[in-house]
Amino acid sequence: MSDTLSPRVEIVPHLCKSCQRCVEVCKPAVLETNLERAFNELGYQWVVYSGDGCTGCGSCFYACPEPGAVIVYKKGTAD
Amino acid sequence: MSQQILEKPASFYEHFDRKGGPKDTTHYCPGCGHGNVHKLIAETIDDMGLADRAIFVSPVGCSVFAYYYFDVGNIQAAHGRAPAVGTAVKRTRPNSIVISYQGDGDLASIGTAEIIHAANRGEHMTVFFVNNAIYGMTGGQMAATSLMGQKTATTPYGRSAENEGFPIHMAEMIATLEAPVYVARCHLADLKGIMNTRKAVRKAIQAQVEGKGFTFVEILSPCPTGWKMDTHAACEFITKEMLPVFPEKVLKDEIATRVGWEHEIKEFTDEEVVASLELGMLGEPFPYDKKFVDNFETKGFKFAGFGGQGVLTAGAVFAAHAMQEHLQVSWIPSYGPEMRGGTANCSVVISKDPVGSPLVVEPDVLAVMNDPSFDTFEPTVKPGGLIIVNSTIIARKAHRTDVEVLYIPLTQIADDLGLKAAANMVLLGAYVEYSKLLPLDHLKTIVPKGIKRKALGDQNVLAVEAGAKWVRENAKALKPVPSLTA
Repeated sequence: MSDTLSPRVEIVPHLCKSCQRCVEVCKPAVLETNLERAFNELGYQWVVYSGDGCTGCGSCFYACPEPGAVIVYKKGTAD
Repeated sequence: MSQQILEKPASFYEHFDRKGGPKDTTHYCPGCGHGNVHKLIAETIDDMGLADRAIFVSPVGCSVFAYYYFDVGNIQAAHGRAPAVGTAVKRTRPNSIVISYQGDGDLASIGTAEIIHAANRGEHMTVFFVNNAIYGMTGGQMAATSLMGQKTATTPYGRSAENEGFPIHMAEMIATLEAPVYVARCHLADLKGIMNTRKAVRKAIQAQVEGKGFTFVEILSPCPTGWKMDTHAACEFITKEMLPVFPEKVLKDEIATRVGWEHEIKEFTDEEVVASLELGMLGEPFPYDKKFVDNFETKGFKFAGFGGQGVLTAGAVFAAHAMQEHLQVSWIPSYGPEMRGGTANCSVVISKDPVGSPLVVEPDVLAVMNDPSFDTFEPTVKPGGLIIVNSTIIARKAHRTDVEVLYIPLTQIADDLGLKAAANMVLLGAYVEYSKLLPLDHLKTIVPKGIKRKALGDQNVLAVEAGAKWVRENAKALKPVPSLTA
């Protein structure tokens, strides 16, 4: 038996423009904009993954207008 | 390890090396729909393995820089002309996958003619029409697609039907045409809309891969900056304001039943070009007479009359004759929109050297077939030049005293032969016999080849002979001009 890899999402900080489209479409609501966070080089407070609860549905990937800002790892196996 | 990853499609460049811009992000505003559409197209190109065949035509508008993003063939077209450029690309490279990408300012206003006719010709390309109901790049001015009452920089009180007309429905218009195979409208307001857009993008490009024909996808896209809203409100604007006017809909889908066709690429041989321009029927040139050519002095001619009197043909036959004598010639007509009855004239230049300008402002020789031409051009003839007047029609005499004038009843001579329409050939025969500029016997062999109605060749030769005969019989009354007969 191989180990199961959990789905997760990665937001690339310096590519995020904080438009909130990913946040709006995330059903488990695990994406958020941290207004305490520093600004990236484009001047935006990027969205972050809370670290738990991503289902790997890919909604945020398609909602995000920026080609490389969102990376979704679907459920997989580590064999 | 096996784990599916959704990430930046490979059909994008790794870095976006736009001068002066961020190196890894697009130049689009936060929440702009262009990025979504770009991503869906790039993903499709990846999945279908089209990166080496795809040629992306960028428009003028916010998406003008698409060539910085897509790692495929790229062309940037003049405003609104992307479908025309795409037509050329597809026709010359039939194996390419042509993607024309346009906004509503580009496609629905300045480029309306290009998109309608590319669609109507069924060009085998895919057009993505990103509609945000506004001119985004230039600062939020009204577009043809702006909604009724929509406040923009140029409609500060809202768009009104009285002043600006109604929002234009491009997808519906294109769907009325016979050639397009797939026409759909989608939107990016919510996830469902985005995923439906994804389907439409894939379907349209797949149809092109299968050679089905023209495909068109209109995509309602948020412009938070131009609309002066945050992203959430912009998406609501699409849902509540735009969709009732521009419904999400597949307007035409004949992909399953359509048998595609290929636009024929016709390459013309030199012989076909010569034949289609009706050149080459003159046959072999006359023997080259070096002395004659070297001593030939440049002369400008003007033949003028009513449309239908054959002045253009006279000039063309005369120029053709000179060409066959190894001289350089030009012939340029000038006439009004009337096919019959207007005034017409042509300028002919004959020279031993290549002709610089085909215009003849001050002719050495003027032939006039009617009064208005006589009135217009008599003052322009060079001093010492020659005017041939068709005295059947023109009653008056010349005012000029510094030119030679021949009064020849051209129309009467032609009429006596039963060939009233051949007064132009009578003119040529008379002039060549009088001036000896070119060999008369050569002219008689050129005439049947140079006129359009070949069946009348022999009769036109009779007209040439009649003109020459008239000059011989009236020679005593004519005073040759030394400069023209030397």
